[in-house]
Amino acid sequence: MYEIRLHSRGGQGGVTAAKLMALASFRDGKYATAAPFYGAERRGAPIVSFIRIDDKPIKIYSQIHNPDLIVVLDPSIIDLVNVFEGLKPDGKVLINAPEIPEKARGYQVRYVDLTGIALRTNLVVAGSPILNTPVIGALAKMGLFSRESAAAAIRETFSDERNLKAALMAYEELV
Amino acid sequence: MLTISTGNNAVAAAVRQANPAVVAAYPITPQTEIVEQIANYVTNGSLKSKYIPVESEHSAMAACIGASITGVRTFTATSSHGLLYMHEMVNWAAGARLPIVMANVNRALGPGWNVWAEHTDALQARDTGWLQVYVSTVQEAYDATLMAFRIAEDRRVYLPVMINLDGFALSHISQQLEESQAGDFIPPLVLDHAISTDAPAGYGCMTSSADYFRIRYDIERSMRDSVQVIQETEAAFAERFGRKYSWTEDYRCEDAEVLILAMGTLGKEAEVAVDILRSEGIKAGSMRVRWIRPFPQLDLKGRELVVIDRNYSFGFGGILATSIRAKTGEECYNVIAGLGGQEVTYDDIAGFVRNRRIGEEFWFGVDA
Amino acid sequence: MSGTFASEYIMKCTSACAGCSSSLILRHVLKAAGPDTVLVVPACCTSVLQGVWPHTAFNIPVYNVAFAAAAAVASGMAAAFESMGKKTNVIAYAGDGGTVDIGIQALSGALERETNFLYICYDNEAYGNTGMQRSGSTPLGARTTTTPGGKTHVKKDLDRIIAAHHLPYMATACSAYPQDLVKKVQKALSIKGPKFMHILAPCPPGWRYDASQTIEVGKMAVKTGMWALYEREYDTLTLSGPTKAAMIKPAPLEEYLKMQGRFSSLKEEHIKAIRGDIERNLRHLKAEAEGLC
Repeated sequence: MYEIRLHSRGGQGGVTAAKLMALASFRDGKYATAAPFYGAERRGAPIVSFIRIDDKPIKIYSQIHNPDLIVVLDPSIIDLVNVFEGLKPDGKVLINAPEIPEKARGYQVRYVDLTGIALRTNLVVAGSPILNTPVIGALAKMGLFSRESAAAAIRETFSDERNLKAALMAYEELV
Repeated sequence: MLTISTGNNAVAAAVRQANPAVVAAYPITPQTEIVEQIANYVTNGSLKSKYIPVESEHSAMAACIGASITGVRTFTATSSHGLLYMHEMVNWAAGARLPIVMANVNRALGPGWNVWAEHTDALQARDTGWLQVYVSTVQEAYDATLMAFRIAEDRRVYLPVMINLDGFALSHISQQLEESQAGDFIPPLVLDHAISTDAPAGYGCMTSSADYFRIRYDIERSMRDSVQVIQETEAAFAERFGRKYSWTEDYRCEDAEVLILAMGTLGKEAEVAVDILRSEGIKAGSMRVRWIRPFPQLDLKGRELVVIDRNYSFGFGGILATSIRAKTGEECYNVIAGLGGQEVTYDDIAGFVRNRRIGEEFWFGVDA
Repeated sequence: MSGTFASEYIMKCTSACAGCSSSLILRHVLKAAGPDTVLVVPACCTSVLQGVWPHTAFNIPVYNVAFAAAAAVASGMAAAFESMGKKTNVIAYAGDGGTVDIGIQALSGALERETNFLYICYDNEAYGNTGMQRSGSTPLGARTTTTPGGKTHVKKDLDRIIAAHHLPYMATACSAYPQDLVKKVQKALSIKGPKFMHILAPCPPGWRYDASQTIEVGKMAVKTGMWALYEREYDTLTLSGPTKAAMIKPAPLEEYLKMQGRFSSLKEEHIKAIRGDIERNLRHLKAEAEGLC
């Protein structure tokens, strides 16, 4: 089983990102669950989602304490919350950033400027850049699921073509 | 059609298959997505129900009662305080012998306000005459909802059915879902006692002490008859859709020396604990109890029992454990865990089994 | 108002008190509505009038329901009939307690949702069924079992609360004016949407007068202006004849009050307040009828 913890702020689409990850894995023929963790919900507050991917049915509902992968959609969360807590020794990190943040040094970090990609593709809603579809492209590049399944998951969920475009850009630009 | 869905959306999708004529509901966290999705279906025309956005849960059940007695299919959903607010009408629905189907998203009771999973809400309705089933996966939420209509509307039953799903732990998580087309699996409703202006009658009139108890006995008789109906329905479902359900979901129980009994998602996560214990040489098995009313016949002899209750009856004990003791005479190690969404992992569950003390009650997080 | 047995929907075996205005009202309501009607009845005197299982004195379908729930049950029933294409009348028939107090949430919701039904509140100005405890609809100064010294609060103005929902039709009526009542019920049932009627139902045991006086008490309520008869269609008010007459030459309030034992301990300040309220109410109704407000 592969366990991912996704950190975002309320209103950034972290919950949808988790669902897309589950859907993409599912289209790959895997079992997957996505579970948002609802604490005090309000726009802007740090929230967490748990995603599990496996070749057999997943029977775990409790929180992920030792993730294989940590995804940070908003790098400013790193200053508020220890996003790396419990990360497996050989675990990986994916951060939405133009460069590796100071606090992330020492971990196996991949990064891509999702915010920049969203702005470049004009994937902005009510002033906020959409991060949950581009991140799927980056995760596909990391091998979490196939590129085809990532595209399928995005197309099934969103009709606006900019989502797929941004995801493909993130796939190419992942560092 | 195979897709990913949350527990709440799975319930709504099953309701769309069942096509009730009237849905009356009031929103409450964590049920809201059920009623929102149904409202979406009605607005986009994929569900032809009349949707009544009532002004309270008491009115939600009241409206379902008013609709149901005309002989049409009805549905509602609630949780926690909403369920308690409609408690009077929950009783009324069963007493009026109406095949209403309701999804309850299990949530703890305030005060303090707590929106996370706990079963006390629905268990407080266990005396009402409603049938109650507890599900543990998104697929099961869908399937149980479909079956609920068929069971409730069977002439031998004519009693309302409640489907319970854990708040947030199941209602809000995404898992895979096969959206089976119900087709004629749910036959059209024929309510023998529906209102008829051709044959006018009074319903629910004053009833004297010389007669009332007969009406109550009638409810119990149907509750007992529902056992056969549940079995037939689950068998027909397995035959038609290939997914088998029963009174309990048993995992590695055949040669088990200690059984873990629980309801809802904890009952499913217990299977992971079973695998861990087995690898340590402990012959554990998991028996996830699905039906609480009618209470199933459980064959528990010769095994040690660890019963996890995500509920409590103050001054008495965990409701599943005390029910088991009452019905089978078997003692158990009663773990009280998961109240208000308290985190309980497969490691914790394995620990309950390793540390079991039969005959004792253990409040996880409180007792040593 | 006699008819053949077939057109009597309230049979002679009710358990109503002698002089009961509710059974009288219902007799006329059902004659106006006809047999394609379902009554939804919450806990109230009418729940008891029907008699004891397995018999019922009412020759139309009656769905008895919990106290707070009448309008909500009626909502569900109306939606169900609509889904079946049936035109059956859904009439919620509730006392003042089940309307003004515990039932007001469901009623307001049903009206706001434009439920296609007629809600009738028959008002005996107390919780009659449980032994005449005060309700929000009990008038100032009236003695009830829970206001033995006379109620210290004024009667809740149910009609203006209902008026705020801007219904296609609402009306007031009184058991002592059956022809006016029947016309109003027929008018209501000819309209689609939410309709409301508030009908004064003088109650011999509750108001403490001799059962034989039940019509006279009702007439005096209207003649003094204590009870006004009118209709509203959306925001247009039409006064009914007896109230127009009462506005011109009202009967003395004391004539009404002295008929009833419940007002026997009425203080002078209460009488003054009641008179003031009557004058104010009639003035507003008159202005509304003339389109001035």
